[in-house]
Amino acid sequence: MKQSRTQAGIGRRNMLKGAAAVSGVAIGSGALTGFPAIHSAEPKVLRYLGTAVNEGDDIAKKCFADTGIKLEYITTTTDDVSKRVITQPNSFDVLDTEYFSLRKLVPSGNILGLDARRIKEFGNITPVFTKGELPNGRKIGGQGTAPWKVLYLDGAGSSKFSATPTDFVTLIPTVYNADTLGIRPDLIKRPITSWAELLNPEFKGKAAILNIPSIGIMDAAMVVEATGQYKYADKGNMTRAEIDLTMKVMTDAKKRGQFRAFWKDFNESVNLMASGETVIQSMWSPAVTKVRSQGVPCVFQPLKEGYRSWASGFCVSKAVSGAKLDVAYEFVNWFLSGWAGAYLNRQGYYSAVLSTAKANMEAYEWAYWMEGKPAEKDIKGPDGGLLEKAGAIRDGGSYEERMGGVACWNAVMDENDYMVRKWNEFIAA
Amino acid sequence: MIAGVATFVAAPVRAATVHLGAWLQALPMAAVFAFFFLLPLVLIVMVSFWDYNEFQMIPAFSGRGYTDTFEGCAAELPQLCTIFRTYAMTLKLCALVWVITLGIGFTIAYFLAFHVRTKSWQIALSLLCTIPFWTSNVIRMIAWVPLLGRNGLVNNGLMAMGVVDAPVEWFLFSEFSVVLALVHLYTFFMVIPIFNSMIRIDKALIEAAYDAGASLWQTLAHVVIPLAKPGIVIGSIFVITIVMGDFITVGVMGGQQIASAGKIIEVRLNALQFPAAAANAVILLAVTLMIIFVLSRLVDIRKEL
Repeated sequence: MKQSRTQAGIGRRNMLKGAAAVSGVAIGSGALTGFPAIHSAEPKVLRYLGTAVNEGDDIAKKCFADTGIKLEYITTTTDDVSKRVITQPNSFDVLDTEYFSLRKLVPSGNILGLDARRIKEFGNITPVFTKGELPNGRKIGGQGTAPWKVLYLDGAGSSKFSATPTDFVTLIPTVYNADTLGIRPDLIKRPITSWAELLNPEFKGKAAILNIPSIGIMDAAMVVEATGQYKYADKGNMTRAEIDLTMKVMTDAKKRGQFRAFWKDFNESVNLMASGETVIQSMWSPAVTKVRSQGVPCVFQPLKEGYRSWASGFCVSKAVSGAKLDVAYEFVNWFLSGWAGAYLNRQGYYSAVLSTAKANMEAYEWAYWMEGKPAEKDIKGPDGGLLEKAGAIRDGGSYEERMGGVACWNAVMDENDYMVRKWNEFIAA
Repeated sequence: MIAGVATFVAAPVRAATVHLGAWLQALPMAAVFAFFFLLPLVLIVMVSFWDYNEFQMIPAFSGRGYTDTFEGCAAELPQLCTIFRTYAMTLKLCALVWVITLGIGFTIAYFLAFHVRTKSWQIALSLLCTIPFWTSNVIRMIAWVPLLGRNGLVNNGLMAMGVVDAPVEWFLFSEFSVVLALVHLYTFFMVIPIFNSMIRIDKALIEAAYDAGASLWQTLAHVVIPLAKPGIVIGSIFVITIVMGDFITVGVMGGQQIASAGKIIEVRLNALQFPAAAANAVILLAVTLMIIFVLSRLVDIRKEL
């Protein structure tokens, strides 16, 4: 009895002592190893905020294998990315966002532009971004928030855009594309050549647009111009009267029952098209590819009025500095070094640095995706699945034809507040 | 004598201790409530009176969030302005869903309480009502397309039977599909409180009604419904508050073309116009509270419980 009680006492006391000793060792070892050793042992981790579009597992794996940088994806929608930057700038390191968002994000002062001199391939970035022209020198459409209007800052840590090139860059471009309408050729059974077809009563109850007000209204503006009702000075920056006019066209179409649904999610758009709920709708290139991979005919239809383009890139949170900033630069440099660019090109997007992406693609792949030539061999997606059989030609042709056909860019308007109110009115109509 | 004094002294002390003890017991919940509900609510009301620009809230007094919301309401009369039209739609959906969930929920609860005999079966069957919650919102929504869509199961079935010549369009992305999905989701919130009230009804009362010669409907109207009233009101409050604020189901099932009070807030939030969103949240809260106030007038829940 006595013995056992003693044992219990000792046991408890030993345990306490042991715990103290363990924590003492922990503290001691920490003190002994010192700061530099701990620092070098720290894994290179970047919290990467963006949409699902670019946050692929393959990219994270390859990045870790090549650089040892571990990407922690924070995946949300386009709108929530912006919300997070404004309200929680400390919750991410690297930001992957679109140029049109910058008109809101940069003035908030929550993001840090990068130093172009530390980006190895900066000089090789396609002139689409830096000058608004194709590699062959042809100018491309600049309506809306075109990247070159918001690419430069007027100083380090500044929150003002510079009209002329500087060394301080808001977003290091990574990926972009020219968007158009996706159609179901098997259900439409005739050629589609104009944006006007989106509101053609022939497709009553079978059309859809994107449920992001600032982008939806631009698709509507393409229709308004295509039907010859009005010519905008800048579709991406409308006056109040122009917003009213465009919304009226949309409201009339909605009341007629033209739209089946508005979509916001990538998979929603795939589902609408694949199930035949819609036969003509605003769409993204990889969504069209996905519909086709389900065995359903779908075409990313080039239209004579041109494309609505978008572009995205990387910057970092203003909270990032020191060693973390170095890791961020290392990551961005890796991203532009070719593997990721080739990966994006194979999905139907375009990479910012063409030369490095080309070096990472087979010649026949480059010819199909970028030069608009018939595929010499079967074209496979990044996951190895068959996308197109030999002989196929990419919708819209070559890089020059597609990017050269850009009419406007995704935008945030000066009258954004008014437009948002009108959008709510449109939904309630 | 001494004992008497002691009792005399102890009684108020004990009362005070009990009093304090009760307050202490209520404190954790009260703290959680104050910190996670009252404080945010106060902040929302405060922010709703702020000004804003494209990327930030400006802490200066402004009624802009409210005046913008009611923009054109006087000028457009007799036609309804955006906000009234939106609330008319929300209230319409709310009323439809309330009536249908009440009907279905009451019937299911009645079946569970009076026709299912063993407690384990009652529990098992009421758990079945939670099935709609087993999948994620998005998957659940997408799953309706193959069922109700143009080339969906129902339309194919109807066409094969020769009931219709062309696919019925209004099965999906319509008010019908919104109400269907809301009923499918939220009937559960009606079933459980009503079931809970019914299970407490003394079976002897039903027997007495039967013995007194009451028909099934008379028993229902004079015994079951009055005694199940607290459950009905609580279930109604659940369903109405949820449907008033629901914009995801309305959005997805309505093809994003049906207005809802929640959607206005969402669109404002996505445009980073937080004060305007807060103002709309306050308006929605006020409308919902008014409905609950009316409901609680019908039944004194505290007394009934």
